[in-house]
Amino acid sequence: MALLELQGVTGGYGPVQVLHGIDVAVEEGQVAVVLGANGAGKTTTLRAISGLIPVSGEIIFDGTPITGRRPENVAKAGIAHVPQGRGTFVELTAEENLRLGAVTRDGDVSADVNRWFEVFPRLGERRGQAAGSMSGGEQQMLAIARAMMARPRLLLLDEPSLGLAPLITRELFEQLGEINREEGLTILVVEQNANLALDIGNHGYVLETGHIVTSGSADSLRGDDAVRKAYLGF
Amino acid sequence: MDLFISQLLNGIGNGVVYASVALALVLIFRTTGLLNFAQGEMALFSTYISWKLASSGLPVVAAILLSMVIAFVAGAIIERVLIRPVEVGRSPLNVVIVTLGMFLAINSFAQLFFGTDPQTMPKPWPSDASGNDERINFLGQSISWAVIALALVLTAECVLLFLLLQKTRLGLKIRAVASNPDSSRLVGINAGAILMLGWALSAAIGALAGSLVAARSTGFDASLMATVLVYAFAAAALGGFDSPLGAVISGLVVGVADALTTQYVDALNGIELVVPLGLILIVLLVRPTGLFGRQTVERV
Repeated sequence: MALLELQGVTGGYGPVQVLHGIDVAVEEGQVAVVLGANGAGKTTTLRAISGLIPVSGEIIFDGTPITGRRPENVAKAGIAHVPQGRGTFVELTAEENLRLGAVTRDGDVSADVNRWFEVFPRLGERRGQAAGSMSGGEQQMLAIARAMMARPRLLLLDEPSLGLAPLITRELFEQLGEINREEGLTILVVEQNANLALDIGNHGYVLETGHIVTSGSADSLRGDDAVRKAYLGF
Repeated sequence: MDLFISQLLNGIGNGVVYASVALALVLIFRTTGLLNFAQGEMALFSTYISWKLASSGLPVVAAILLSMVIAFVAGAIIERVLIRPVEVGRSPLNVVIVTLGMFLAINSFAQLFFGTDPQTMPKPWPSDASGNDERINFLGQSISWAVIALALVLTAECVLLFLLLQKTRLGLKIRAVASNPDSSRLVGINAGAILMLGWALSAAIGALAGSLVAARSTGFDASLMATVLVYAFAAAALGGFDSPLGAVISGLVVGVADALTTQYVDALNGIELVVPLGLILIVLLVRPTGLFGRQTVERV
């Protein structure tokens, strides 16, 4: 059974409807990728899952409907969301950012803090530094580490490659792939950088103006002519 | 020299009051990014409650503490009922207008409920039979108990707030909501509850400040906090609206500057309010983030 399932989800901002009934399923332990151009509704899809916008339709997480839950309760249910722009707490230090990732957990989280500073050594060197002064790549790593501090069952990633140098992006996706394999963590990532995303993805969806137009395994999407032309550029 | 020192002490006494109210303003600004223009009038209403409780026979310290608890609850309710409905997803100016409306409404309610006659607030520090503060000698200077009590209260407030914000998990949540409300909800913080708490704490601090201002003056009426609020805004602007420490130091600076200039500059006699307004102007021109305010550095 899928860990996360969206059935006929519609939603948007006030009178503007962005999602027109989308169906998405993310299997436990897998990486699902949502591809789409600017304005297709990728960010809105993630915001709908997290409860940041009102939606209709069904969103089912681990067999329980979570439609209409508030963001803080969705987070407590085990879904961590790295928003577009990384959602850094810019005035707070790198370590405080990580500790905030674990506010829903009880007890001492220092062991996890140290662990993620080891996974991302460049963050470890900047423990006490204001997070806003870190580079874009470092902030993206920080955002992922912050999300992982919650020990989530599902990680939502909103365009992690945005604004990063190609080399940094590649490194980041390799690390995400590792996290998926080693922790068995389920990931739903929305991306414009289709190549990288499909490299670590098992299953993909193509979103166009609020509709899912194509879906299939990562390999089949890579072989699909329309997808290749539009998103892979060859 | 004696005159200078006595004016200095007088200025510190006022400055401590400005600092307390500025602290309350900064606390709301830090959690919500908003300026609460009704801060002074909320404190005024709480002061009347302290006075009412004290004149009904409660010891004055207990009366002030109880009034702080009432203010704490009322602050939370105000946030939930009056502020949040106009805040969600719309212009921050809406909230400013609501706090201006509260400014007028609370003042009028205070006059309606408690009358317009000047009242006398019992003093929570040693005073003689005719109601004058007792003084003690310190290094050859006589200092009134009022100044000492106010300074102690402010110090305690600062230490407690520092511990709360920097050393507790709750404090980390408060700072997170101030920094990035959306992101804090995504990590599982109930941002609404934190905003209520910010208003509640700030209302309680205001209740304490108002009660002590009233106790320090010979009598008080509904205009008690009007000028105090201007000085407190000057202090908050001088310190940078997001810095509690800045608010406290600047409160003292504003108080002392005001006392000394009105003593030594005859031209300012009667128009003392020029001093804080001049300070606001200079600060905003020279250093818009205030003396202690942080310029947010954000790389993208």
